[in-house]
Amino acid sequence: MFFNSLPTNFAALEVGQHLYWQIGNIRLHGQVFLTSWILLGALLVFISLGTKKMENDPKGLQNLLEFLWDYIRDLARTQIGEKVYRDWMPFIGTLFLFVFVSNWGGALIPWRLIKLPSGELGAPTADINTTIALALLVSLSYFYAGLSNKGWRYFEYYVHPTPIMLPFKILEDFTKPLSLSFRLFGNILADELVVGVLVFLVPLVLPIPVMFLGLFTSAIQALIFATLAAYYIGEAVEEHH
Amino acid sequence: MLAFDFFGATEGGLFDINATLPLMAIQVVALTYILNSLFFKPVGKVVEKREKFVSNNLMEAKNKLSEVKKLEADLLSQLQSARSEAQKIVSEAENESDKLYKEALELANNEANASKEKARLEIENQTSLAREQLFKQADDLSELIVNRLILEK
Repeated sequence: MFFNSLPTNFAALEVGQHLYWQIGNIRLHGQVFLTSWILLGALLVFISLGTKKMENDPKGLQNLLEFLWDYIRDLARTQIGEKVYRDWMPFIGTLFLFVFVSNWGGALIPWRLIKLPSGELGAPTADINTTIALALLVSLSYFYAGLSNKGWRYFEYYVHPTPIMLPFKILEDFTKPLSLSFRLFGNILADELVVGVLVFLVPLVLPIPVMFLGLFTSAIQALIFATLAAYYIGEAVEEHH
Repeated sequence: MLAFDFFGATEGGLFDINATLPLMAIQVVALTYILNSLFFKPVGKVVEKREKFVSNNLMEAKNKLSEVKKLEADLLSQLQSARSEAQKIVSEAENESDKLYKEALELANNEANASKEKARLEIENQTSLAREQLFKQADDLSELIVNRLILEK
């Protein structure tokens, strides 16, 4: 395929190289887990610090966490609807926080300084496994949401305006996780590559606007992923009349 | 090493899908539960408690405000009626005093007229008496004069 002709070490980037961990028969991308554990650890520390002493008059970190909570609630409520958004808010919020922390962590922390025997540390969301895992979880969630809320009537959705829609709706079940995973993966990987190439070519000043753009894209991608996940769940639990 | 090998047998590549996927999914599910008990539940409890507190207070304030408005209207109507009653009393009193004044005035006038009339009558009497006397005296005198003249003749 077309990447074969390119040197994998292009622009001092190691594209598609991984730190493999072998556990029995299964192989894992170690760098993904390393960065995700560091970032999620930081997130959990941050959250436990903020929720350690909850007061009625919020101060400092609690304020920020409450703002975040409110933001996620609004997102879930507008997409899923008043009736069941409460059940799905933690999942949507976790998706948002995980993607956001991964994207920003990958963009902000100079992982390059840590040398690995193979591959390099970076945003966990720049690995296709992570994004597919997230997208499949979203698929399972909206199926579960639809079936648990409406029972077998969930499948009315497939023939909703007319039965002609059936093949398209079935196709949608495949395109939804595909687009979710590839959008996130592509955006974050492309951002990392662009910054990497620019840093390699012009190591001063020039990459900075691109880095800011990358931060912007990262935040937007997190929002898009969470919003779409919520929208799919909302679509599944929506009552047709 | 192949960089791009979709579901390829060789290791490496951008699209190298392996056990990272299910493990990451499990990790995210675990993270959902952890964040739910560490973040969403406690923060939600505090925020919703406060929202309830605020909305309760708001409702209470609204109730109180409407009560105040009702009382205000009540008082205002009471004030209005008291004012009109006072007006009525004042005008009544004015009428009364007017009537009394008129009565007194009429009485005084009548009295004055009566005494004036009496005085006039008396004056008339006296005048006619005096005139009568005067006439009489004039008659007497004229008789006297006539007599003397006749006698002297």
